[in-house]
Amino acid sequence: MRLAAIFLAASSLVGIGAAQAADPVPVKIGVLNDQSGLYADLGGQGSVWAAKKAVEDFGAAAKGLKVDVIFADHQNKADVGTSIARQWYDIDGVDMIVDTPNSGVALAVSGVTKEKNKVFINSGAATSDLTGKACTPNTVHWTYDTWALANGTGKAIVKNGGDTWFFLTADYAFGHALERDTSKVVTENGGKVVGSVKVPLNNADFSSFLLQAQSSKAKIVGLANAGGDTINSIKQASEYGIVDGGQKLAGLLIFLTDVHSLGLKTAQGLNLTGAWYWDQTDANRKFADEFAKANGGKRPTMVQAGVYSGVLHYLKAVEALKSAKDGAAVVAEMKKLPTDDPLFGKGEVRIDGRHIHPMFLYEVKKPSESKGPWDYYTLKATIPANEAFRPLSESDCPLVKKG
Amino acid sequence: MFELLGIPPQALFGQLLLGLINGAFYAMLSLGLAVIFGLLNVINFAHGAQYMMGAFGAWMLLNYLGIPFWGALVLSPIIVAIIGMVIERVLLRRLYSLDHLYGLLLTFGLALIIEGLFRRQYGSSGLPYNNPLPGGTNLGFMFLPNYRAFVVVASLVVCLVTWFVIERTKLGSYLRAATERPDLVQAFGIDVPRMITLTYGFGVGLAALAGVLAAPAYQVSPTMGSNLIIVVFAVVVIGGMGSIMGAIVTGFGLGVVEGLTKVFYPEASSTVIFVIMAIVLMVKPAGLFGTAK
Repeated sequence: MRLAAIFLAASSLVGIGAAQAADPVPVKIGVLNDQSGLYADLGGQGSVWAAKKAVEDFGAAAKGLKVDVIFADHQNKADVGTSIARQWYDIDGVDMIVDTPNSGVALAVSGVTKEKNKVFINSGAATSDLTGKACTPNTVHWTYDTWALANGTGKAIVKNGGDTWFFLTADYAFGHALERDTSKVVTENGGKVVGSVKVPLNNADFSSFLLQAQSSKAKIVGLANAGGDTINSIKQASEYGIVDGGQKLAGLLIFLTDVHSLGLKTAQGLNLTGAWYWDQTDANRKFADEFAKANGGKRPTMVQAGVYSGVLHYLKAVEALKSAKDGAAVVAEMKKLPTDDPLFGKGEVRIDGRHIHPMFLYEVKKPSESKGPWDYYTLKATIPANEAFRPLSESDCPLVKKG
Repeated sequence: MFELLGIPPQALFGQLLLGLINGAFYAMLSLGLAVIFGLLNVINFAHGAQYMMGAFGAWMLLNYLGIPFWGALVLSPIIVAIIGMVIERVLLRRLYSLDHLYGLLLTFGLALIIEGLFRRQYGSSGLPYNNPLPGGTNLGFMFLPNYRAFVVVASLVVCLVTWFVIERTKLGSYLRAATERPDLVQAFGIDVPRMITLTYGFGVGLAALAGVLAAPAYQVSPTMGSNLIIVVFAVVVIGGMGSIMGAIVTGFGLGVVEGLTKVFYPEASSTVIFVIMAIVLMVKPAGLFGTAK
């Protein structure tokens, strides 16, 4: 009886194995981001749409892949993010996690991903540590990072005479990394950092910190924060007459949705560094139009565009390997294949997991220059791909030293 | 000269003033909570959502009907108060005979629903609302925006008038009596249920008024209330549940404490109020101005 049961079990296993070989390769993608808090507009459901769109445009079904896209809200908490990631990897059979803004959560999820040998494609988080000292063979950082932001905005401002800086820094992994990377750029270009203040995340009232910045007499007030914090600090800086008093604001990380939320009257003239803007090329505009149709007229942010582009490249690698199971192998394949898609153009994924592409310096338009909602940026300069990101020679990523 | 470690005295004055401005919002919100708790015995967790509705009300009045800030300052609280009274009539009223916990759960659930609806419609990063009083005065030690000065004065006036009405007028004495012995007050021919509805409406209106005042200073966003409400609850606990004067004084006082923390140790500014709350609860569990029942 027992022997019969074993035989039965064994034969059914064989049966499943045979069936799978004939079936399409299953791939499960989890979009893990902020669905309800201060970063929900720049990623949120828009990123889920972008991931699904990438699957559709890739033509996954015709290429023998059966792709599922699911999503969850990490609430900007590292513990929530890691427990979702563990559940997805262990129980729900997720092969790849994408997006994940909030550097604190991203670093934690990157660790879990390596432990489980899956794939993590980050678009939303900023910390350059993801491809620096915390790099792993399973993580790819797609859209931007603090080094690139500092290198873009920081360098441009110091060269234009903004040589003394005071930082308002969001008090977590992201803010610290952004302040560190920007300070380095400022001092390397002959500027000086005269002070900084660490502000708790999700702070509504910046008056006290702005007053400290004001009395520092620094020419530039650097905003090493993001989302709602950036919006509130810019809004209140105009109330406290920071700009009228001769100091300039440098928003180091400003998303399209932040500008939309501030309104051009308050945001005009800000310089910012970005990886992608919807009204820059025909391909971008086409993507943005489809995005707007599905998302109540909103235009996509660079984070959402990055999710699309990252998922597309991931699927190419899975198609080549015919399996999504070995995460490190998929990422190695992603590094081997050159990247090429309608939104980010041609590029590569470097040994440290950094996706390399050009970055852009934009200026926010005056209300009179804008044709209407979402027409916000003028392109000021292009930072070529080979200068946009931290060179490997400066990298503290262990993968680079071994290579 | 700016000093990095020591704070020059003029900067200190500036921070004290900023603390008062910040405290003005705490005071108005905790006052509304205290009034509702004092008279209805309901812990109104929807207070933050009602504050947010006040701010959105101002935005909608401006963008859909073209009514400027000063009109919204009156209209938006009235509209939100009416919504509040409908909620009281239809939902809250059924829970008065039950434990406090049910009122808390109901209002908490309502807050989540209201926030979710606004987020669905307007997104999470918020909407712009322009400052109705641009410009400011240089006080020598700091630049005081006109609008912030207005906020402090307005909220002080509102708080004191509320305190006066409840503690020093006949209407207030009815209200207080109805809390103690609703059956007796009813026997004297006073419509207690209507009084309770109006009181809830008034408390909600105060939250909405704070919301309208916040719209030009902070971003009008669906989460603006939930970020603030936890702090405001701490303020109410420190002041003593149900104490009107306690809510006002602690509101302003804790605003100042938080403001000073932002100078001396900014990293702790989001937690300092909770540390104080823990200490007060240990030393005087009924709160600084509360009386143990």
